[in-house]
Amino acid sequence: MPQILVEDLAKTYRVAERDPGLLGAVKGLVHRRHRTVQALRDVSFSLEAGELLGFIGPNGAGKSTTIKILSGILKPDAGLVQVNGRVPFTDRIAHVSRIGVVFGQRTQLWWDLPVSEGFDLLADIYRVEPARYRANRDELVALLRLERVLDQPVRQLSLGQRMRAEIAAALLHEPDILFLDEPTIGLDAPSKLAVREVVRRLNRERGVTVLLTTHDMHDIEALAERVIVIGHGQVLADSPFETLRANVLAERRLVVDFAHAAPDLNLPGVEVRSRKGQTLELAFDPARTPTPTLIAALAAAHEVVDIHVGEPAIEEVIARFYDLHGAGEA
Amino acid sequence: MDAARPYLAAFSSRFLLMLQYRAAAIAGFATQCWWGGIKVMIYAAFFAAAPGAAAASPMTLVQVITYTWLAQALLALTPWSADPEVALSVRTGSVAYDRLRPVDTYSLWYVRGAAWMASRALPRAALMLLGAGLVLPLIGLSDWAWKPPPTLAAAAAFAISLPLALALSAAFLMIVNIIVAATLTDRGINVLFNSLIIVFSGNLLPLALYPDWAQTALLVQPFAGMMDIPLRLYVGQLSGTGALAGLGLQAFWTVALILLGRWAMARVMRRLEVQGG
Repeated sequence: MPQILVEDLAKTYRVAERDPGLLGAVKGLVHRRHRTVQALRDVSFSLEAGELLGFIGPNGAGKSTTIKILSGILKPDAGLVQVNGRVPFTDRIAHVSRIGVVFGQRTQLWWDLPVSEGFDLLADIYRVEPARYRANRDELVALLRLERVLDQPVRQLSLGQRMRAEIAAALLHEPDILFLDEPTIGLDAPSKLAVREVVRRLNRERGVTVLLTTHDMHDIEALAERVIVIGHGQVLADSPFETLRANVLAERRLVVDFAHAAPDLNLPGVEVRSRKGQTLELAFDPARTPTPTLIAALAAAHEVVDIHVGEPAIEEVIARFYDLHGAGEA
Repeated sequence: MDAARPYLAAFSSRFLLMLQYRAAAIAGFATQCWWGGIKVMIYAAFFAAAPGAAAASPMTLVQVITYTWLAQALLALTPWSADPEVALSVRTGSVAYDRLRPVDTYSLWYVRGAAWMASRALPRAALMLLGAGLVLPLIGLSDWAWKPPPTLAAAAAFAISLPLALALSAAFLMIVNIIVAATLTDRGINVLFNSLIIVFSGNLLPLALYPDWAQTALLVQPFAGMMDIPLRLYVGQLSGTGALAGLGLQAFWTVALILLGRWAMARVMRRLEVQGG
């Protein structure tokens, strides 16, 4: 039996609408109009204990809604959800004591309390046995480099410091499953790396199951073996990341520096993507034009200084995938 | 003990944090001194101007004066507005985190609200007792002072009634909080309940001083138990079976409002929408 089981999940929201302007506001006093938004249609997937799953999709695709249902905050309209054999919303209290959740856009620590007092309070709320709590906290503080901020009120932390503290706060009760909803949003590079490192270690060393949503494809590339792409409330793809990349984009890139001004190329199956002085960026399909053939042809016809083979940026892969499925943001 | 641990921790954490706000306590105390002083002088003028009515009054001037200082001192114990922490968490969506805790959300909010009210009332009440109970007699104004309860029985009844008032106020605060959670704003609801509370808790005028025909209705409505009943017990205006009835009413309304609040909360949480993100 998988640790997380989701079948035919559906959720709708009612959205209040108002005509613009004064007249619209007055009309709204008398009669409210509502529109139903289908946040999730029929999402199904399952997850084994110890997996690390990346959840990606454009804004409004249903990622956060799925996490909120899995964590017991929202009640789904239809479908089956089981986590550790429990139904999250119905069996909320037993369920949430075994999971940890971080919402990158919100804070779970108390704004005016020093970080360490916030941790103490959470340990009390989760009824963590004191000796275990101390050991756990010390380990997390070291892992997330929080020693220097422990005595500071949360409101005085930088975003990077706060996010590291948030992640520690979600782990004080040693959950089996960690839900991370955009944990790296707005962070600088070192903080992102620290977050990824911690997530990887928790997953590898402690076997914590991780479900992560993000818009940063480097998070996915660094962490997730498996990726679910969601759009318009539906699962569009569920596969290893490399498969996803290979399926969506077989394209290769070649950046060529010429000794003189870049020539006008006219090679079949090769597209000039950009031209900058003596440099050309070419796009081609290696199945049709093998890379060595192309390089040989270029070197034979022109005086080439340098050649660099690359792949399109991951962001491009995903944007193209969303387009392909008509899943761009509504 | 372990079952109560989250709630005790949430209570003491909020209580200790709120006690840090000294400037707010002193400002509140100053305002309440000012209003208390004005009210005491108005009551004195009424009692002096109409000796006949004063003789028939259910409360003596001495009782009214002590009642007034106490009402000013304990103002923060009435649920004036929704818990600002709940209002904020509903607006920002942090309410999601409250639902992630392995505790009963109603109880968590309840103890936090109780801590919030108690911690605001405590320093104000202490300052008021110091000012109206000690300083006034020392400077020769003992006629205008906050007096101790007349009997041991009155003191005992007050000691039981005050925690009940807090429990009742917190139960009512939860109703307000739940309305805020359902409507996502605390503006309208705060204004609406403010005026109800200030009149029907006895804060504006001791409920015993209203016309006789209104007395029963005024006593049995829920707001009386938040302030008027404990204060009447303190000054000895309610005693014997009246005192028991007062305590009973407080307990009844506390239980009734908690049941109502729990039912409403379950409904609101079922259709909770945590927006954005």
